[in-house]
Amino acid sequence: MQTSTETLSASQQLWLIPIFPLLGFLLNGLFGRRLPKPAVSAIACGSVLLSFVWVLKTLSALGVFSGTLENTYVEHGFTWIQSGALNISIDFAVDRLTAVMLMVVTGVGLLIHVYSIGYMAHEGGYYRFFAYLNLFMFFMLVLVLGANFLLLFVGWEGVGLCSYLLIGFYFLEKFATDAGNKAFIVNRIGDYGFSLAVFLIAAHFGSLDFGKVFSQVKGMPVESSPGWITAICLLLLVGATGKSAQIPLYVWLPDAMAGPTPVSALIHAATMVTAGVYMIARSSPLFLHSAFALNIVALVGIATAFFAATIGLLQNDIKKVFAYSTVSQLGYMFVGLGAGAFSAGIFHLMTHAFFKALLFLGAGSVIHALSGEQDLRQMGGLRSKIPITFVTLMCAGVAIAGVPPFSGFHSKDAILGAAYQYAPWIYWAGVVTAGMTAFYVFRALFLCFFGEYRGSVGKHHHDDHGHGDDHGHSGIHESPAVMWMPLAILAVLSLVGGYINIPKFLEPMFPLAEDSGNEWTAYVSVAFGVGGIALAFLFYVVAPSIPGALERAFRPLYTLVYNKYFVDEFYGATVVHPTVDGSRTLLWRGADVRLIDGAVNGIGKTARAVGGILRLAQSGYIRDYAAWVVVGSLVLIVAMAFMGGAR
Amino acid sequence: MPQIPTSVPLSWYLILSAILFALGVAGFLFRRNIITVFMSIELMLNGVNLSFITFSYKQGQNDGHIYSFFVMVVAAAEAAVGLAIILTVFKNRQTLEIDEVSSLKN
Amino acid sequence: MEDVILFLFFAAFTVGCAVNLVLQKHPISSALSLVGVMGALGLIYLQLGGEFIAMAQLIVYAGAIMVLFIFVIMLLNAGVEKGKTRNLWVKYAGLPLLVALIGLIAYIVQNVLPRGPGVNFGAFQHGNAYEIGIKLFETYLLPFEVTSVLILVAIVGAIVLAQKEIK
Repeated sequence: MQTSTETLSASQQLWLIPIFPLLGFLLNGLFGRRLPKPAVSAIACGSVLLSFVWVLKTLSALGVFSGTLENTYVEHGFTWIQSGALNISIDFAVDRLTAVMLMVVTGVGLLIHVYSIGYMAHEGGYYRFFAYLNLFMFFMLVLVLGANFLLLFVGWEGVGLCSYLLIGFYFLEKFATDAGNKAFIVNRIGDYGFSLAVFLIAAHFGSLDFGKVFSQVKGMPVESSPGWITAICLLLLVGATGKSAQIPLYVWLPDAMAGPTPVSALIHAATMVTAGVYMIARSSPLFLHSAFALNIVALVGIATAFFAATIGLLQNDIKKVFAYSTVSQLGYMFVGLGAGAFSAGIFHLMTHAFFKALLFLGAGSVIHALSGEQDLRQMGGLRSKIPITFVTLMCAGVAIAGVPPFSGFHSKDAILGAAYQYAPWIYWAGVVTAGMTAFYVFRALFLCFFGEYRGSVGKHHHDDHGHGDDHGHSGIHESPAVMWMPLAILAVLSLVGGYINIPKFLEPMFPLAEDSGNEWTAYVSVAFGVGGIALAFLFYVVAPSIPGALERAFRPLYTLVYNKYFVDEFYGATVVHPTVDGSRTLLWRGADVRLIDGAVNGIGKTARAVGGILRLAQSGYIRDYAAWVVVGSLVLIVAMAFMGGAR
Repeated sequence: MPQIPTSVPLSWYLILSAILFALGVAGFLFRRNIITVFMSIELMLNGVNLSFITFSYKQGQNDGHIYSFFVMVVAAAEAAVGLAIILTVFKNRQTLEIDEVSSLKN
Repeated sequence: MEDVILFLFFAAFTVGCAVNLVLQKHPISSALSLVGVMGALGLIYLQLGGEFIAMAQLIVYAGAIMVLFIFVIMLLNAGVEKGKTRNLWVKYAGLPLLVALIGLIAYIVQNVLPRGPGVNFGAFQHGNAYEIGIKLFETYLLPFEVTSVLILVAIVGAIVLAQKEIK
């Protein structure tokens, strides 16, 4: 696909798309403390709304909706770095892939902003939340619009920062700040790989601009054995594993649930974690030239998908279930990318944004109704009390389970079909994972909405109004309209979103494989999905004693999976503790205190010692001084005489 | 019998100047009374004056006389101030021993 | 030849008085020796043709400065030096150092200075008051004025230092 700067009659002012949220951040950040809450919400949601509208206007002007956008539309900003032959400028570009990402980011982002008005209404730091959320939108849009690797990286780092700020939003809780630290640090490891990849790209291609790099790569032969391109791709993959929570850098995502639920929905489901997928899709010319790297991508993807799904089977916190589900679905997207079906991966990215955001927001609605309860064992029988949430969450559930004709089916089928053509074993692993996905999502939904209510909210309302429910109402009630409207919109999108034919839309960029005639792959995956739902129904609605019996029978296996295979403990023992202790003893006490402080203090001590010796010459007796003067003058005269200066 | 020169060699004056200077230094180093030390300083200055006049004679100009004159003026001023300082030291320390004015020790 | 004898006589007198100054115990004796040194030096200056300087030496140095010294000695009632000498390293190294100093200077003077005409009384004609005066007020006017300021400062300083303490 050619890249050229389209000379339209007027520039589209692409820079406005990220600027609106930035303005929202500045206004809310600087003045939000003094503004009333409606003003803060208006600024925050208004800025994202403006951004969304501008996206629509730009895309329609570029002919996206009429399907006529052929080349990449680049807007040149200004030259940022000019160093020798390397020229990096602030450029924004829009092509079909960018169009998909822009719609997802601004659209879902807008819905979540609106939802947060209701969810965060009783929380402290209201303006700070929206300021950070807007800042996140700014960075994510920079990431998506960037026309070179460095600008992408700026957005990459920025969303990592906002993720840290938002995860640690309740900064008075230690587990929240720990989770924020963990997210940032683990991301950093991935960013290190990404930076190395950027250096290699700059070294080998002489530029970081997408257009220039990809046009050069296309002229190169496909690497049969690992070489430079493979190295670059693998390093990019390291960055993607950090940001998109794949093995081995996924450990931050479950802990990130310590942040408010809208944050989990926006950042850790719909947008930030998909940045890795976007980045690999964007770098598809590079990856297509290295079969080895693509294999690794697919392997990482399927391993993560399977692994995370097993953990999600047994979690008891509703947000943790969905967090592991996110990790697993991201693995699916990587499988799609690795199998060469880049458009299938992006398709799943979009549908996943819909139903995963819906799942998280719905979970937030449940938590809000139960005044903070997140444990599935304390829920049950809520479908009559919070009906709208129930209906929308069920829509999300059938979507994620891959039941046709809803959105999840289309995208998952695209991926699994491509996976079967690529490597059949990946297909079978993916199908089993699909079954597990359906199982654990519906386990959560059944535990939450069916059966008898096992919790304690609203049980004391006879004695004490307002106890356990800060609205002053008694009992469990539905969320306000500002919260269930986004849920409804997302539910509709989850159901019908599969008919937005993304693979066809992205065909000019990512050529579709020819039809393989393996329709049976679709039927098998649907069968597994429905089977998972049925099994969950059996375990948690019909015969709730079965899970307990199974757990007792397979106690060791249960403990292993329930404790997330002790991966966090393993990392802690092998990486975290040695680093922290080594840093403490070696670097802090050894280097800093002894060496550096010692050197600096040592200079002082030496000066004092020398002074201490020199001051002995000050005897205080004037005659001693005079004697020294005589000695000195003698020496001088002798010196002058011998140097012939006596004349 | 060595011949007695008809005129005094110039170097004799300079040697006399050196002797006076050295004696001044000796007095400065070895005497303990502040006033005696001061007088040794005056002795040194006189030695230097002699040197100036000698060289002036040699050159045939009287510039050396001028310098010597200024040295005398400065010596006078210095003597005045120095003696005032000695008076103050005596008032504060009740002693004229130079070794006892050593509070700047070390 | 008379010049040599005169010079030797006065030089010996000078050195003798100087040695006496260093060796005497009572400051007043040292002061009187210094007066002798000044006087003898004045006569030596005369021999070198410095009439004005010789008179200035006798009037200013011997007449004013030494009188000042003697006044201060009387004022402070300085007595003979008492007490033990401190154990100075100078006591043992001082004499050799001095001899070295004199020897060095003598050596330099003898070997470096070119042999020229000697000194005769009356050979130098420019040392009279007229010539000195011209020089002083024409070429060396600035230093002359500066030294007058210097003397003024010295007077002020001496008065401030020596006044009674203000309670």
